[in-house]
Amino acid sequence: MRFAGIDIGSRSIELVVIEDGEPVEVRETPTGHDPMVGARELLDGVSFERIMATGYGRDLFEIEFDAADTVTEIKAYARGAVALHPATNVILDIGGQDTKVIALTDKGRVKKFEMNDRCAAGTGKFLEMMGRALGYELQEFGEQALRGSNEIVINSMCAVFAESEVTSLIAKGIDRRDIALGLHLSVVKRALSMINRIAASGALLFAGGVAHNRCVRHLLGEHLQVPVHVPDQPQHVGAYGAALLAGE
Amino acid sequence: MADYRAMWKDLGMNLEAHDMLLDFLGKYYADTFLTQNERPEGMDYFNFVMSEVHGLRIKELMDQKAVGRKVIGAYCVFVPEELVLAVDATLVGLCAGADYALDQVEQYLPRNTCALIKSAFGFKLGGVCPYLEATDLVVGENTCDGKKKAFESLGGLIDNLYVMDLPQVKSEQGRALLKAEYIRFKEQIEELTGVTITAEKLKESIAVVNAKRGALHRLAKLRGADPAPISGLDALLANQIAFFDDPVRFTASVNTICDELEKRVADKVGVFPQGTPRILISGCPMAVPNWKLPAIIESCGGVIVGEESCIGERGCRNLVSTAAESVDELIDGIVDRYFKVDCAVFTPNRERVEHIEEMFQGSNADGVIHYGLQFCQPYLMEAMDVEKKLEDSDIPVLRVETDYGQEDVGQLKTRVEAFVEQLRP
Ligand code: SF4
Ligand code: SF4
Repeated sequence: MRFAGIDIGSRSIELVVIEDGEPVEVRETPTGHDPMVGARELLDGVSFERIMATGYGRDLFEIEFDAADTVTEIKAYARGAVALHPATNVILDIGGQDTKVIALTDKGRVKKFEMNDRCAAGTGKFLEMMGRALGYELQEFGEQALRGSNEIVINSMCAVFAESEVTSLIAKGIDRRDIALGLHLSVVKRALSMINRIAASGALLFAGGVAHNRCVRHLLGEHLQVPVHVPDQPQHVGAYGAALLAGE
Repeated sequence: MADYRAMWKDLGMNLEAHDMLLDFLGKYYADTFLTQNERPEGMDYFNFVMSEVHGLRIKELMDQKAVGRKVIGAYCVFVPEELVLAVDATLVGLCAGADYALDQVEQYLPRNTCALIKSAFGFKLGGVCPYLEATDLVVGENTCDGKKKAFESLGGLIDNLYVMDLPQVKSEQGRALLKAEYIRFKEQIEELTGVTITAEKLKESIAVVNAKRGALHRLAKLRGADPAPISGLDALLANQIAFFDDPVRFTASVNTICDELEKRVADKVGVFPQGTPRILISGCPMAVPNWKLPAIIESCGGVIVGEESCIGERGCRNLVSTAAESVDELIDGIVDRYFKVDCAVFTPNRERVEHIEEMFQGSNADGVIHYGLQFCQPYLMEAMDVEKKLEDSDIPVLRVETDYGQEDVGQLKTRVEAFVEQLRP
């Protein structure tokens, strides 16, 4: 039997269809102005027995497609992470507009979680804006940051203030790569403080679009001193987990 | 509904703004409360009180004022209703649970003031609270720094403010201060009303307030059943209404609903299915119409089975002893009772965690949601320790910090829903 999971985030929508627990169809699209338009596009021509929606748009989805069930991102990520990497103790998800940390019990259930509050600080959106301020393409931003050698301390967590801080650092003639490193470090520090707040420890699974960024991965591993596991498609963990839950 | 406009006008209220507020309140109430399933019939009374909250109840107060009965308003559960009733006056709670006239409020208070304080100012500046306008005396109190300083400013806006000093430590000296302040308050209201408190009068009024707290307790106990016989929203509403309804009539109405709930418990009838994850709320008080978090919890698959809050258990735990003869001894009994209130303005305040655990067991809860108002230092700071201690006892906790605004509803919903999922077996 086929089951589907759809993760409707504020920046992108992911769809994963599974058969016998294995993904057979994976699709994604930017969220755009009307998430239901994107969702409908993704579902076009896909068949499945049951679908589970997660992400901030889950309730909208449930209204639009009444055959759907919903689950929070927290549970969906936990389910997906455990299936992908059973040794996971902690999940860090840095997505487009939010960051969350989930601590798991030995049985893989949610023990405690933390989500960032109302702003984009420390999220993918923050990195995107800062990359732009430095004149880097998104893909190259992390690579360049890895080449930085001096850790510049960025004081502002707020994307707006950080941007002017970056501008003044550039004006001072500081190497762009060092600034880039400092910006990545500030994102990592923010994630670390969330991890600490719920006293989460152990093997970490890093999910969400930002997990593609090699510099963030590197810095996380360095600071946490624990293995950091990044799945092949880190941005699909939620949709995959939702698909698994749809089948249970 | 009768036409109360002349009355509101006489009270000096801003009619146009008030119309808009009532309109909003009516809709919000209907959406939040009347849409619930399986409500007990006894809630009809509370629906009625809410529909007449600025109407009939105010008219009642005004009619009583016309024959000389005074109205005293308070912002804290430390103001003893026993003394107020003993001088034949009425006590009403003035705390407010909605943002109002924020732009004007910010001329008096810094932005980082808790929503409860801002709201009190907003209702005054906007001219939309008939209770405040009907009072003969408003009692402020020295509790948190926010309130302390806010009362200094409020003094410039109203001409009948009286400030009660309160201890911050549960010591001998603290108790002596509380007693001295209660005696000073007694003298103040005796002067206001021209009534001298006798032992007999005071005993009578203690009995009235004990009966009210007893009824609220009975209600609280019934919520320990699974399935829960009443929603958390409805139980909270009853606790909120306790602050402005006539105490004797209120007590009777709570007892009536308790009779009904007892039957429900016996028949295993509930508002949510058996096994619904059960939440205990703990933290800052929720004044009318602050139903934001409870409404979220109960729309996310949870049921609230208790409030560790001043509008809830903290406000009505413990009764006053009537086993005394003189006024002074009776006041000692009052002081003993109030001195046990475990508000976060006290330091240290260890009893509070013990009480939360006690309530957690008593209400058969599955998890605790700690509710702190943004910028409320006492409760937000205490929350860290509360969370840790509860988790050490294997009690799941979700710490929420919010205000009266609606911007964070989506995010709160996700967090609460995930917490409820976490509690499911
Ligand atoms: S929380 Fe503290 S200050 Fe507020 S009403 Fe209760 S006792 Fe008074
Ligand atoms: S909620 Fe907190 S800050 Fe606000 S009045 Fe009460 S104790 Fe003070």
